[in-house]
Amino acid sequence: MSPIEADVAHFLAGSLVLVSFLLLYQDRMFALLNTFALHACVLAFSVGWQAWVQGAPHLFITALIALVFKGVVIPVALHRIVVRLGIHGTLESAVSIGPTMLFGMGLVALSVIVMLPVTEAAGAFVREDLSFALSVVLLGLLMMVTRRNAVSQVIGFMSLENGLVLAATGARGMPLVVEISVAFSVLIAFIVIGIFLFRIRERFDTVDVQVLDMSRGESS
Amino acid sequence: MLNQLAGVGIGLLLALAVGSALLARARHAAALTYGASALICLALAGIALQALGAGGAPGVALELRVGMPLARTQLGFDALSAAFAVIVNLASAIVSVGAIGLGRHVREQQRVLPFYPAFIAGMNVVLLAQDAFSFLIGWEFMSLASWALVVSDDCSDSNRRAGLVYLIMATGGALTLLLAFGVLAGPDGGYAFGQMRQATAFAPAAIVLVLALIGAGSKAGLVPLHAWLPLAHPAAPSHVSALMSGVMTKVAVYGFIRIVFDLSGPPAWWWSIPVLLAAAATALLGVLHALMEQDLKRMLAYSTVENIGIIFIGLGLALTFKANGMAVAAALAIVAAIFHGFNHSLFKSLLFLGSGAVLHATGERDMQRLGGLIHRMPLTALAFLAGCVAISALPPFNGFASEWLTFQAILLSPQLPQWIPRLLVPAVGATLACSAALAAACSVRAFGSTFLGRARSEPAAGAGETDPWSLGAMLVLAALCLLAGVLPGLVIDSLGSVSELVVQGRLAPQSGQPWLGIAPVDAQRGAYNGLLVFVMIASAAAVTALIARRFASHALRRSAAWDCGFPEPSPLAQYTPGGFAQPIRRVFGSVVFRAREQVSMPGPGDTGPARLRVELHDTVWDALYAPVVRAVDATAGYLNALQFLTIRKYLAVVFIALIVLLVIIGTSR
Repeated sequence: MSPIEADVAHFLAGSLVLVSFLLLYQDRMFALLNTFALHACVLAFSVGWQAWVQGAPHLFITALIALVFKGVVIPVALHRIVVRLGIHGTLESAVSIGPTMLFGMGLVALSVIVMLPVTEAAGAFVREDLSFALSVVLLGLLMMVTRRNAVSQVIGFMSLENGLVLAATGARGMPLVVEISVAFSVLIAFIVIGIFLFRIRERFDTVDVQVLDMSRGESS
Repeated sequence: MLNQLAGVGIGLLLALAVGSALLARARHAAALTYGASALICLALAGIALQALGAGGAPGVALELRVGMPLARTQLGFDALSAAFAVIVNLASAIVSVGAIGLGRHVREQQRVLPFYPAFIAGMNVVLLAQDAFSFLIGWEFMSLASWALVVSDDCSDSNRRAGLVYLIMATGGALTLLLAFGVLAGPDGGYAFGQMRQATAFAPAAIVLVLALIGAGSKAGLVPLHAWLPLAHPAAPSHVSALMSGVMTKVAVYGFIRIVFDLSGPPAWWWSIPVLLAAAATALLGVLHALMEQDLKRMLAYSTVENIGIIFIGLGLALTFKANGMAVAAALAIVAAIFHGFNHSLFKSLLFLGSGAVLHATGERDMQRLGGLIHRMPLTALAFLAGCVAISALPPFNGFASEWLTFQAILLSPQLPQWIPRLLVPAVGATLACSAALAAACSVRAFGSTFLGRARSEPAAGAGETDPWSLGAMLVLAALCLLAGVLPGLVIDSLGSVSELVVQGRLAPQSGQPWLGIAPVDAQRGAYNGLLVFVMIASAAAVTALIARRFASHALRRSAAWDCGFPEPSPLAQYTPGGFAQPIRRVFGSVVFRAREQVSMPGPGDTGPARLRVELHDTVWDALYAPVVRAVDATAGYLNALQFLTIRKYLAVVFIALIVLLVIIGTSR
């Protein structure tokens, strides 16, 4: 791998981390969905670049799945759900944006600290790629934890999954079967969660998960 | 051949357990189960006696293709397991006969019948096991079956609590035994006992000693691990209490001897110190608790604790002597310990059966509400009296013989080279003497307030003699107590091969002694002749009776009634068990029980009675167990909040855990 190819790969993986931060920053529904589409597109580019560099044609399929499903289908579908449910508005967060961002930076630092020594045996490129991927995963989890809205939790979950795909492609050698099954599981998760959103909405007239907790007889 | 027969016996017991589980509601299920158990146990006792006579394992061990991978289950006798198998099965057989009568009164038979033979089978597996896995499996089988029997009557809170405490202690004990075997097996992991004897342990053998003391001691009831015993033993039906107290504790003693004397190699001289200290504390605390107890069955359970102390004193002495190469003295101590175990299995079974008979006749366990039963249940009273005499170590019964042997061993302690045991052993002997005296007071109190005087309650006044089965079992046990006391030489001689195996020493054969007496070390040091004492007591009593009947005046004389300590006609004015124990409580109570007495006098003009309130504390429980219980409670209450988090918070918990782990990885590199 020539230096320029590695630099581009780093650039794309780093962009994914950056877009994860953008996801954390969003406080409006449609903006969140659009950013997620961007997240998926960056992932698709990154995977596509890996396919080109590694000469692994099956990774192109992965990239295509990422682009079509996560970049287009899911955001559009979520968009329509949100419109139909009439829940576009501001997103409530449990922890305000500023501390979340700071914490996210800490997570990135942590994943770099953890990953670099652990993967000493692997090549330099893979090591940094893996630490980027771990950052994306942790940021996705952070989003799930700090957001109250069910839609943002779904988005957090999917961005987490994007991080996993990034790690897998960087590590050279995830078989296609696994990728396709992962893609399918995400799709199914999306369907299930979509149905859940409808059901929650039907019953509680909101998708703020805090209301669900209150209906269990608790409040937080 | 004997091993195979014993295996068949265990198999029959297990089959009996399954069968009685299926047919527990049939009409004569109880009588059939107990009867069959009695026959099988009798056969097993006979087989074990054969094996003991042959000095161990004639023929090959019984290998079963079941059990753990990499380890065959091996069952077989050696001298030690044969001796304990005799103790266990003989007492189990007689108790089972009594259970034909007593067991009828159990309300829900299906909760008792299947576990009873399973319990006995578990104990036999422990004794016959020749490898650690089958030992532990048998041990757990025994624990769980007896736990099921303890909670068979779960209507009362106290029984459920007893079951819980017992389960926790039994699990902990089994865990420590598992660790002990793990250490003994060494790095090669040979779990057969034969391999363990050769293995080089990778940890100091002292760890094994501590683990065995905790594991076997908690099952036997060694202070301070005895907390479950006075709760659990009385909670079971009386015939099961007899088995648990009289027999199961012996299995625990066997486990201790097997691990410490047989498997863990030559002992160091200081090993005996923790054993002796714990044993002396057990003997004294057990009997003091027994003296304070009003409940007849709980009193007997505490007295079991005391007797376990006496047995462990013998074991501790044997350890000291063995470590110093004094083979004969070690043989004397170990024979005394096993002999006392045998005796205790007889008289404690007898006393528990007696308490069961009293319980069924009156519905009372509280001695404060009994009394005068000697008129209503004369034969039960006779058998119970024999048990009381035996447990008080009075000649010519068996308790005296074994405790006398223990004292003979204690008197050999000046020959020890180290000064610590030389000082410690006499102190332990003094404690033993003290607890023997207190035990006598305890049984005087139990017999007196239960059977003598006048009935203190309505049910006690209307009681009737118990059924012939349990009566027969009690009388047989009483006769055996007398027999073992009169002919101790027989028992000592038959235990010779055991001491040969365990401490590599042997007492001189006693059968050569004149008039069936015993002189364990030599006749100058000390000799005892049970037969002679018995004949003397019997003839003196006969002569006195004869003189009284023959030569005393037959003239009647009428005179003014002496009120004989009964100025009040009410039976409540009799000497109570609480009153009997009061002097002893005043001497020991303020330290051992933190006892407090409070007299509240009625004010002037008030016609109410004055009241004496006594407050006792279980210091061991308060100091050791209560803090643990409180800590668990507090932690559980604190963690309870975790049950009711929101989804997001659960995620956050996972997330934080992940972060913490990552930080640990990141910083540790």
